[in-house]
Amino acid sequence: MHDKILLSHGEGGKRTRDLITKVIARYFDSPVLSPFFDAGLLGRIEGEIAFTTDGYVVTPPFFPGGDIGRLAVCGTVNDLAVCGAKAVAISCGLILEEGLPMETLELALAAMRDAAKEAGVTIACGDTKVVERGKGDGIFITTAGIGVSVDGWRPAPSEIRPGDRILLTGTMGDHQVAVLIARQNLAIAAPVESDVAPLSGMLLPLLPRFAGKVRFMRDPTRGGVGVTLNEMAAAANARFVLDEAHLPVRESVRGVCEILGFDPLYLANEGKAVLIVAGDAAEAIVSALREHPYGREAATIGEVLEGAAGVRMRTFAGGMRAVDYPVGDQLPRIC
Amino acid sequence: MTPGMKYIDDFRDPATAKALVERIRRDAGAAPVRLMEVCGTHTVAIARGGIRPLLSGAVTMLSGPGCPVCVTPDGYIDAAIALGTERGALLASFGDMLRVPGTSSSLEKEKGTGLEVRVVYSPLDAVTLAAAMPDREIVFLGVGFETTAPAIGGAIRTASERGVRNFSVLSSVRTIPEAMGVLAADPEVRIEGFLCPAHVSVVIGTDAYRPIAHRYGIPCVVAGFEPLDILLGISMLLRQKKEGVARVENEYSRVATAAGNRKAQDLIRDVFVPCDTGWRGIGVIPGSGLRIADRYASFDAEKKFGHPVVYAPSVSACRCGDVLKGKILPVDCPLFGKACVPEEPYGPCMVSSEGSCAAYYKYGAL
Repeated sequence: MHDKILLSHGEGGKRTRDLITKVIARYFDSPVLSPFFDAGLLGRIEGEIAFTTDGYVVTPPFFPGGDIGRLAVCGTVNDLAVCGAKAVAISCGLILEEGLPMETLELALAAMRDAAKEAGVTIACGDTKVVERGKGDGIFITTAGIGVSVDGWRPAPSEIRPGDRILLTGTMGDHQVAVLIARQNLAIAAPVESDVAPLSGMLLPLLPRFAGKVRFMRDPTRGGVGVTLNEMAAAANARFVLDEAHLPVRESVRGVCEILGFDPLYLANEGKAVLIVAGDAAEAIVSALREHPYGREAATIGEVLEGAAGVRMRTFAGGMRAVDYPVGDQLPRIC
Repeated sequence: MTPGMKYIDDFRDPATAKALVERIRRDAGAAPVRLMEVCGTHTVAIARGGIRPLLSGAVTMLSGPGCPVCVTPDGYIDAAIALGTERGALLASFGDMLRVPGTSSSLEKEKGTGLEVRVVYSPLDAVTLAAAMPDREIVFLGVGFETTAPAIGGAIRTASERGVRNFSVLSSVRTIPEAMGVLAADPEVRIEGFLCPAHVSVVIGTDAYRPIAHRYGIPCVVAGFEPLDILLGISMLLRQKKEGVARVENEYSRVATAAGNRKAQDLIRDVFVPCDTGWRGIGVIPGSGLRIADRYASFDAEKKFGHPVVYAPSVSACRCGDVLKGKILPVDCPLFGKACVPEEPYGPCMVSSEGSCAAYYKYGAL
């Protein structure tokens, strides 16, 4: 096998076949994923189906705490999980740039395999394209995922009412800061790792255990908790009030933000979820989240109140202010 | 947890904040006291902290001219665009400048039609860029106050020492105390106390405000940028007013000193000389600018290209000028939130992340 990706690896001939059977199939060893069929045959699936897709173009593709492969699996698993669905099968579309070291591809494939195993999902189909040198950025991955709803749960923003609580499953901004530091053009070093992780194992058991209490879940990726909450408040036509003092931010992340002028509220996360839950169950749900390794720092960060829809914040100083969508930040690719 | 970060938490303690707000309300009189936060960083911190509504009825916080992007006049943007489009210079700029409107265009709009603009994080990055592209003229857009002046001066000195001849600076560096003097003397603004900038004061020293306190009888307090710094600074201003005194006090003594940073001051004196300069919406203020000294004339883009920045008062419905002078609040401008929003700004106060209109728009809805 070659040590670099060549254009001919994407031309459909013998080299393409070799790449699939000798490299990719070594990592994605699944009975569903046949190199000789044009589709993954999943058989009969019982339940309410959820379906999602996402593209991953993060640069650099490897960063402290994760890489583009883990990101590609977790992103899709999490999009399904916050809709109450357990991922059953995902696809893997690879867009590789001519000259990509084979070792880089293999590291990304190994990470996809490991993340899929952790999330209990099958990589059921795939596609590989190679673009000329200069027409890509090493490796891009697209994934689509099919999931089955747990107990038929579905997001219900219209059920949100005053008295509900807003929960966050951990610290904000770890992923984006880790990627920014890995880019090494900021002349900043800080021990920050991306939080990229599959959340299905933490979130889905909550749904039967706290039946009727979890109203709405989202994963605050691009735009961070600030943008996600604005979208959730709009969907629910409700007033969300956050407590600045309760927002979990890692000290190292806060330090980087102080220096660069970033607000952690708008930084991307890849292993966190925001939940709107009934007020009387909030404490128990936070405790349940904290039992899981990905939810150790879960916290109640705010509440739903009567009043004009939108997101507001009770500040350290005891004041109140708006939390709006950010405008025109020139931040580079982070997922 | 690092000790440094713990230090920040100490200035964000909600219980102390509550006690300070109560003290401010006790010390305030029947009519709201008119205080001005001079610096844009304070404006943003006050808006982010939700401090304005917290003090309503007791204190009216006016936002001052201390946002460098906001006070940069149209003519400067026009000159920068001309250097790029007519003289083929590659412009290096802080990101905030890109959307600031000139007379008829902005750097961002021109960028879309071929003007070359690179966003840099430090003036020294522009020198590095020039060294790497010896066949291009690199012009750094040197906009800022006393805090940025040493970095710009340092970049000019570095270029001089390394013989980087294709680097120059279009200077729009300004000094804060002179602008405060103009506002202090304006009977329409009626300032009863100045909350003085934190970082500027670290460079120039808190003694720099003594002439203002003495000549105009206006209390001055230098304050840090954390919520408790600001509340304590406001409380100190009210105490002075109550005692009937006007002096310079330093809430930010953990960093700022009476004499300031001598090394930075020497650097500024070496590279720049004071000059008269035009402020958007305020007009020409004598001695409030810093032009590049003659011994560094070859790094002065205005001289190098024979293209001086022309100051002319802007003509539009935008009331940035009155906002910068504290005569009206951003919400009183007829364009605010309608024709002028952060995505499509009309005036610079809505462009800059430190602009008072942007801060009101972003954090103001309750």
